Amino acid sequence: MSNTLSRRDFNKLLLSGVAGSALGLFGRSNNAFASSKRVVVIGGGFGGAAAAKYLRKLDPSIKVTLVEPKAVFYTCPFSNWVLGGLKTMQDIAHNYEVLQNKYQVTVVADVATALDVNKNQVTLKSGKVLGYDRLIVAPGIDFKYDAIEGYSESVANSVMPHAWQAGAQTTLLHKQLLDMKDGGKVFIAAPANPFRCPPGPYERVSMIAHYLKEKKPLSKIVIFDAKDSFSKQGLFKKGWERFYPGMIEWRAASMGGKITKVDAATMMVTTEFGAEKGDVINIIPAQKAGKIAVDAGLTDGTGWCPINPVSFESTLHPGVHVIGDATIAGAMPKSGFAASSQGKVAAAAIVRLFQGKVPAPPSLVNTCYSLLAPNYAISVAGVYKLAVGGIVEIKGSGGLTPIDASDDHLHQEAMFAEGWYQNISLDTWG
Amino acid sequence: MVVNKKIRLIASALCLTAIAAVSTMLPSDCNAKATKKAVTKQAECSPRGEILSLSCASCHGTDGKSAGIIPSINGRSVEYLETALKDFKAGARPSTVMARHTKGYTDEELRLIAEYFGTLSNNK
Ligand SMILES: Cc1cc2nc3c(=O)[nH]c(=O)nc-3n(C[C@H](O)[C@H](O)[C@H](O)COP(=O)(O)OP(=O)(O)OC[C@H]3O[C@@H](n4cnc5c(N)ncnc54)[C@H](O)[C@@H]3O)c2cc1C
Repeated sequence: MSNTLSRRDFNKLLLSGVAGSALGLFGRSNNAFASSKRVVVIGGGFGGAAAAKYLRKLDPSIKVTLVEPKAVFYTCPFSNWVLGGLKTMQDIAHNYEVLQNKYQVTVVADVATALDVNKNQVTLKSGKVLGYDRLIVAPGIDFKYDAIEGYSESVANSVMPHAWQAGAQTTLLHKQLLDMKDGGKVFIAAPANPFRCPPGPYERVSMIAHYLKEKKPLSKIVIFDAKDSFSKQGLFKKGWERFYPGMIEWRAASMGGKITKVDAATMMVTTEFGAEKGDVINIIPAQKAGKIAVDAGLTDGTGWCPINPVSFESTLHPGVHVIGDATIAGAMPKSGFAASSQGKVAAAAIVRLFQGKVPAPPSLVNTCYSLLAPNYAISVAGVYKLAVGGIVEIKGSGGLTPIDASDDHLHQEAMFAEGWYQNISLDTWG
Repeated sequence: MVVNKKIRLIASALCLTAIAAVSTMLPSDCNAKATKKAVTKQAECSPRGEILSLSCASCHGTDGKSAGIIPSINGRSVEYLETALKDFKAGARPSTVMARHTKGYTDEELRLIAEYFGTLSNNK
């Protein structure tokens, strides 16, 4: 049936309410009331960990195995607060004990190296092979190091960190900032769309500015942007003028913002306007889906994974669901909140598919807070549904903190940002 | 369209199976609730209510139990939650993000969300 119905037709059917019932549209393992219900989840970040937990919560008869090499997961959310001196690495560290002990997810500390989608098998680095009835792939992002001449993984690990995956990279960038002299220049290169956490580079600028203002007030920050506009731009600029006047310079792509080359030995970056020397250089490179998704043929020409938005099942490999940053999820940004929301939609869909039932139409949500200074946060929110064109934002909903929001409002958002972090962390790993 | 008719048939067949099966298997929250309700009211569970509600946990905590400053919604009555959600949507209750969120749902969907958390708390 999946051959005779186009995606568009399918979406139309779904919207008409009778739809999804065509179970044949949901991959191969549509053996209604399956006796074997094994799900393997690759990646224990915001998407994968939430999916694993909710699969077990929604249907304890499903056997869930989570493959994740890291014993401790440091979140990108709030890693900018660490750079600002407002949180410690310990505050953003999570582990898999509760998933393992309370939710009885089998956690395997290993790396998935290959998928055999015909045999329903995942091969791990250790050589171990795991069989599955449905697979969830949630590997997050990988970097296109070669998009900037002179940049590489080893340069990132030693001299010019990206700090776009939290952990050792965050610690390296933090140390460089602590070691920098007052009056130093911090360069931050922000990538073109789409990339993980659209407001993230600008929250980072704010938090670094907060640290510099307190400890090294003669210093400057230059943002080299590969775009001509950015997320929550008006709100960020307003906050920067208020808290960090004269400290932050933003260069749009068309104004010499696009870095084409770096030299790690001399700490120089090159744009079409020439070369400049920085003291701390944070390069956030262009991105693509995590390596295993690419290797397994789950990505298309964009470098990201196309999915059926009802179940987040890959349109390229039936039986394999992809969630989080690695996917193409229509209007949704690549955020931890979005990854978690997608993980739950995929989990609920898989529960229903194992029961031989049709998944409910998806409802997806995102909220991203950005802290500009202590007690001053802004947010962007979105509620999404499935329409004929794919995942779209619901008209009239969502949007930004009002540009004229009162100090009380901004203070409250800063408190809610902390409340959000606490609860999403517990909802994912706790 | 032939396909359409076929799907309609499958759909109704599935519904019947689902209702028949509900009391014997199906451990998910949504289905467990349906079993209880089936005895009294409609035999229909709301997978829709569940899918609408799961995202709320990212801010309000798993099952609506919040650890920090964001209000818990677990333990609230269906009526309280439905009124609060609709008031956020109408702007009658001040908020930072709740108005932006609730405007993404129909009144019927807000009722389903209120019912989901309201019933959760009654059951646990
Ligand atoms: C500075 C910064 C700030 C941010 N702030 C926010 C914020 O405030 N709010 C928000 O919602 N989002 C925020 N984000 C975005 C958020 O971090 C990501 O969107 C989120 O982590 C995506 O989740 P994911 O599950 O797709 O990937 P990840 O969370 O990156 O998880 C992927 C996991 O998969 C594992 N993995 C990869 N390959 C394999 C393999 N082959 N085998 C086994 N395991 C594998 C990795 O080890 C990793 O643990 C921020 C990002 C950054 C960089």
